[in-house]
Amino acid sequence: MATSSRFAFFLFCLSLLYSTALSDLVISRVDRRVDLTSHVVRILSSLKVENGGNEIASEVLLAFPNMQAKNLAAIKTFYSEGKGKEKGSSVSLPTTLVEPKGMPQELTFYSVSLPKGLGKGGAITLDVLSVFTHSLQPFPEEITQADVQLVLYQDSAYYLSPYKVKMQTLGIRLPGGRVESYTKHPNSKLVDSEIRYGPFEKLPAFSYSPIVLHFENNNPFAVAHELLREIEISHWGNVQVTEHYTLVHGGALTKGGFSRLDYQARPAIRGVSSFNHLIFRLPPRAHSIYYRDEIGNISTSHLWGDSRKTQLEIEPRFPIFGGWQTSFTVGYGLPLQDFLFKLDGKYMLNITFGSPMDEVVIDNLIVKIVLPEGSKGIIAAVPFPTKQAEEIKYSHLDIVGRPVLVLEKNNVVPEDNIYFQVYYQFSKISLLREPMMLISGFFLLFVACIVYIHTDMSISKSSASYIAKIQSEEVQATVQQVLNIINQCLAVHDKLEASLRDLSRTGDVQSCKTLRRTADAQLKELVKELKPLTTFLHHSPQASHILPKVEELIAKEKDLQDKMMLKHSTVVDCFEKKYSGKDIENRIAPQQQKLTVLRQEMDDLHEFLDEI
Amino acid sequence: MGAKAAENGAKSSSSAPSPPPLKAFFRLKTKQQELLIRVASLALIYVLAFAVRLFSVLRYESMIHEFDPYFNYRTTLFLTRNGFYEFWNWFDSESWYPLGRIIGGTLYPGLMVTAALIYRLLRFLTFAVHIREVCVLTAPFFASNTTIVAYFFGKEIWDSGAGLVAAALIAICPGYISRSVAGSYDNEGVAIFALLFTFYLFVKAVNTGSLAWALASAFGYFYMVSAWGGYVFIINLIPLYVLVLLVTGRYSMRLYVAYNCMYILGMLLAMQIRFVGFQHVQSGEHMAAMGVFFLLQVFYFLDWVKYMLNDKQLFQSFLRITLTFAISVGALALGIGTASGYISPWTGRFYSLLDPTYAKDHIPIIASVSEHQPTAWSSFMFDFHILLFLFPAGLYFCFKRLSDATIFIVMYGLTSMYFAGVMVRLILVAAPAVCLISAIAISATVKNLTSLIRTKGKAPLAVSGKGSSSLKASAKRSEAQALRFRSLESAEAQALHFRSLESAEAQALASETSKAHEASADQSLPFQHNCAIALLVGAFYLLSRYAIHCTWVTSEAYSSPSIVLAARGAHGGRVIFDDYREAYYWLRQNTPADAKVMSWWDYGYQITAMGNRTVIVDNNTWNNTHIATVGRAMSSYEPEAYEIMQSLDVDYVLVVFGGLTGYSSDDINKFLWMVRIGGGVFPVIKEPDYLVNGEYRVDKGAAPKMLNCLMYKLAYYRFGEMTTEYGKPTGYDRARGVEIGNKDIKLEYLEEAFTTSNWIIRIYKVKPPKNRW
Repeated sequence: MATSSRFAFFLFCLSLLYSTALSDLVISRVDRRVDLTSHVVRILSSLKVENGGNEIASEVLLAFPNMQAKNLAAIKTFYSEGKGKEKGSSVSLPTTLVEPKGMPQELTFYSVSLPKGLGKGGAITLDVLSVFTHSLQPFPEEITQADVQLVLYQDSAYYLSPYKVKMQTLGIRLPGGRVESYTKHPNSKLVDSEIRYGPFEKLPAFSYSPIVLHFENNNPFAVAHELLREIEISHWGNVQVTEHYTLVHGGALTKGGFSRLDYQARPAIRGVSSFNHLIFRLPPRAHSIYYRDEIGNISTSHLWGDSRKTQLEIEPRFPIFGGWQTSFTVGYGLPLQDFLFKLDGKYMLNITFGSPMDEVVIDNLIVKIVLPEGSKGIIAAVPFPTKQAEEIKYSHLDIVGRPVLVLEKNNVVPEDNIYFQVYYQFSKISLLREPMMLISGFFLLFVACIVYIHTDMSISKSSASYIAKIQSEEVQATVQQVLNIINQCLAVHDKLEASLRDLSRTGDVQSCKTLRRTADAQLKELVKELKPLTTFLHHSPQASHILPKVEELIAKEKDLQDKMMLKHSTVVDCFEKKYSGKDIENRIAPQQQKLTVLRQEMDDLHEFLDEI
Repeated sequence: MGAKAAENGAKSSSSAPSPPPLKAFFRLKTKQQELLIRVASLALIYVLAFAVRLFSVLRYESMIHEFDPYFNYRTTLFLTRNGFYEFWNWFDSESWYPLGRIIGGTLYPGLMVTAALIYRLLRFLTFAVHIREVCVLTAPFFASNTTIVAYFFGKEIWDSGAGLVAAALIAICPGYISRSVAGSYDNEGVAIFALLFTFYLFVKAVNTGSLAWALASAFGYFYMVSAWGGYVFIINLIPLYVLVLLVTGRYSMRLYVAYNCMYILGMLLAMQIRFVGFQHVQSGEHMAAMGVFFLLQVFYFLDWVKYMLNDKQLFQSFLRITLTFAISVGALALGIGTASGYISPWTGRFYSLLDPTYAKDHIPIIASVSEHQPTAWSSFMFDFHILLFLFPAGLYFCFKRLSDATIFIVMYGLTSMYFAGVMVRLILVAAPAVCLISAIAISATVKNLTSLIRTKGKAPLAVSGKGSSSLKASAKRSEAQALRFRSLESAEAQALHFRSLESAEAQALASETSKAHEASADQSLPFQHNCAIALLVGAFYLLSRYAIHCTWVTSEAYSSPSIVLAARGAHGGRVIFDDYREAYYWLRQNTPADAKVMSWWDYGYQITAMGNRTVIVDNNTWNNTHIATVGRAMSSYEPEAYEIMQSLDVDYVLVVFGGLTGYSSDDINKFLWMVRIGGGVFPVIKEPDYLVNGEYRVDKGAAPKMLNCLMYKLAYYRFGEMTTEYGKPTGYDRARGVEIGNKDIKLEYLEEAFTTSNWIIRIYKVKPPKNRW
């Protein structure tokens, strides 16, 4: 308080010095409305500026004392064309920090560029919204669990301006509840939970009259010391947002213990200054929402959603009293098509900057935009100044890493939660890289398995077990060959059988005979082929247990062959002698029976050998 | 079978054209089919073993469970962040304040190193996983690997069928699952794998006499030593096994090679673990292994002398002299070593394993842990279910076909069963043995029954349709099968020549059984077939009951992380009590970074891992005096307790209190152990002071010292004003079902700092000393 009165004295001197110095602009009317209902202070000043001089004015200066300016989080100026009810759409005017020459160091100036120069006698109405953080100072600084939280707010009853102000009013809205004290002024009054100062008339430039308000404010003083937002874009259709909060109750510190009994019995009274839930307003169609911290999931949260928004209510693990802190992570996925657009060959990400949490002040906000691997030409368009940097992040199946654009801003308020854009180039082909990598990885794995199975890895080629293995493999291969030949023989038999059927149908003895000749030749060939194989099996010690079966099979085959030939020649003979069908059948009946039996036995043997 | 035969018959009679080549190409040989089935079912078992352990993740979340795993998680985190050398030299000042703890020298690093390696590997393969996920899934992953080892072990002991059954049984055995669910990031998770693997490799080494397998088993042993203190079981069981083989006259060169290589190399490797150090040569628990090692040398020497000497008489006398000499030298060395203190005597933990009553009388800190209690019959039933009945049956089969391998599994089963009876937690060690032996029983029974059914299935047909070719075929086929069985056996016999005797036996057995089958077919006992089918159905019913039981137990009993408690609400909904994490997170966020927290040792690991604050004592329990000091503080009056707390720089005191929710494992119920452990070191604390006629109570009739000691005050502070249950007076303790005796508790030296939403954890701040003037 002492500082502010000293500051007022200083300004008084200043006003004497500079009263004539600045341009000819005059503020004909100022209405200031200060909103103190939350812990973010919002001042909406509507200024009516007139040009009393001759020169055309193109800018209007706004002044703030330094100690207020350091808490200034956002400033916006709106200008609405037209008057009264015909107000057109309001236009936002660029408002920038300036250091005009010859102005005192104790003040910070912002300059509003007017849309068009203000000529002599011209007037314009500007709405200036300035948002301050950390401007409500808890007093007393330490309270117990049951106490209400009282805060101090300091400002000036007069509008601080480098111009003369003809007429002004000030209205301050309080959150309700107790008002401990406020600086009395000749024309000030407290109505309900609003304090009005003014109207004051004809004040010189740099008029300042400190006022101090001491009142109850139990709203959640949620301050995020640090918020790290990571926005990861996947062109497969998802924007993943992960937000790491370090949250502090920025109000009066708690002294004494915390009694759960009191808190549970009368939470509205014993614990009035604490908060135990926070509201997040997420974009519509947000999905896969999670809420956790370093030691695991936090199971206390509720979610509502409709087509226009998704509302998430989370409870920290414990109620947050003054000075207590907690940290947690909230993550959610968003549909890609709502946020990513294609603009002449480039992609544009359009997403909000700040936290979706209600009424939170962020001391240090870091926004990281993780773009897909292979993105190029990254340009960010942010409507306010930020620190920018680039880094690389490695995620699943990344080789060169994903480019990350890092934006950093201090002192962020909900007013900063506006859209910003990131432009980048990305080719769709790169999308396929990671699946292809996985596929080729598995492919190589299988190839390696195949190679491993088919290569001979044994070191000693002369050891007994190795030789035995090789030999048994050879025996198996030979048996397989034998079986193949037997199969071919059987196929020849089948052919002969078929020719007999043809014969009975057509009576063409000649063709049957020729077939018989070729079959004979084939069979002879096959038997010849069989010879070396059986001799090999005879000599191989590994084949001893299998040899009898093989021999049996071959013998059976031979038997079958003989029977078959016999049958065939009998039938052909009969046909040549033109016996009746029944007669033929009677003649070949015994062979037929033996044939089926032999065939059956051979099948069994074949199967048995196959299984070895 | 019959259908197939008929088909064959049809084929031959109609002499249809030869089958298309494509079909022939895809037709697998029986051997290939068998391989395919085996590999497929093993793969399924592998996945099943992993999946069944994920109940906890599905029910709760991917988190670390219980107490010790939090320490393991914390150290793994440290290892991955700071590298192995930092980890190895880590002096942890956050626990055992003001003593601190040398982490590298007082833990088994196997688990952490394993998890860190898996983590590194995944990172190398560009999978950006969090180390917590790796830790949570380490135990299920190793459980899956255990099933594979069980398969090979079963195959080595009996046959591949038994191996498959063993793999399936162990995949879902509740006794094993209890320690290996997802999130149970404890040493046992990998140690059971290492244990079984070591045993398998050793048995393989004994069976083959191969140096390579013995070497592998030494490395398996090294991994086991690095992972869990239970390695002492291996280093005592294997010598015992060797001794039994010697006594039963089964000494062979194979055994000599396997044991010597495994022991020497395993010992040298184990010495690399700092926590184990020179115990292999200096501790009484490891002396058995060394004794057997020397005995084996003597045996070998005698064998050689016997070979050299042809004179039997001479050899007898030589044997007598050598044996007396060797034994007396061994006894003398042991006596001198023990007397001079070079060989340390058995530790209390070892004694308490051999004698269940030892801990109760001598080491209260061991006896106070619930998992160290002797096992009740119900928990055997709960953890083994039908395996408990199959176990003796399996033993019968093992004795019937005695070999080096089956002797091993019998010994493993019997000793581990004894230990499982001594301590609840050692059911875990018995689980693989029980599964393997039961698998032998199941596999052998089912095999016998099915072969009975098969042969019986053909007999009646053969009688009815004589002469029919298809029937003949089927009879032939059965013969072929018998032949194949024999030839397979013989192939095996050829591969493993040393087993020739056995396989000859087996062949004889096989031929006998086939003969018996033929005989039975001829006699055609009327109910044998039906009985076999009924028994088979019964066996499958039992096995399916086992599967159902295991799933139920896993989902209901073993998948709770124990730091998050769940209960059913009045409307059937699930209510979650997350008080532990609430309190730990409060500590982490809202106390000074160097605050010291005093609590009973159970919560030490959790406080350091989740709360990130220094604790006075933790679950390591290496310093009994320190724990006793905390016990003394808890059981003293406030002013004395304040002095103790001041001397330990305590800033916060944390107590667990279940009076509001009815949570029974709270500090009031553990309080008698604090008194006992405190009284064990500080005789000022006397247990009878806290009891009334030997009864422990907290209501009006409680002992005055009880009603005013620090623990009572902290637990019940302002609880007297609280109505917990409708229709009951204020201050009604729901965990113990009584109205508390001291409702007007005033704290002079402490103040309540935080109490969780269900009052399960209460944290008090120790006030700074008052100004003297």
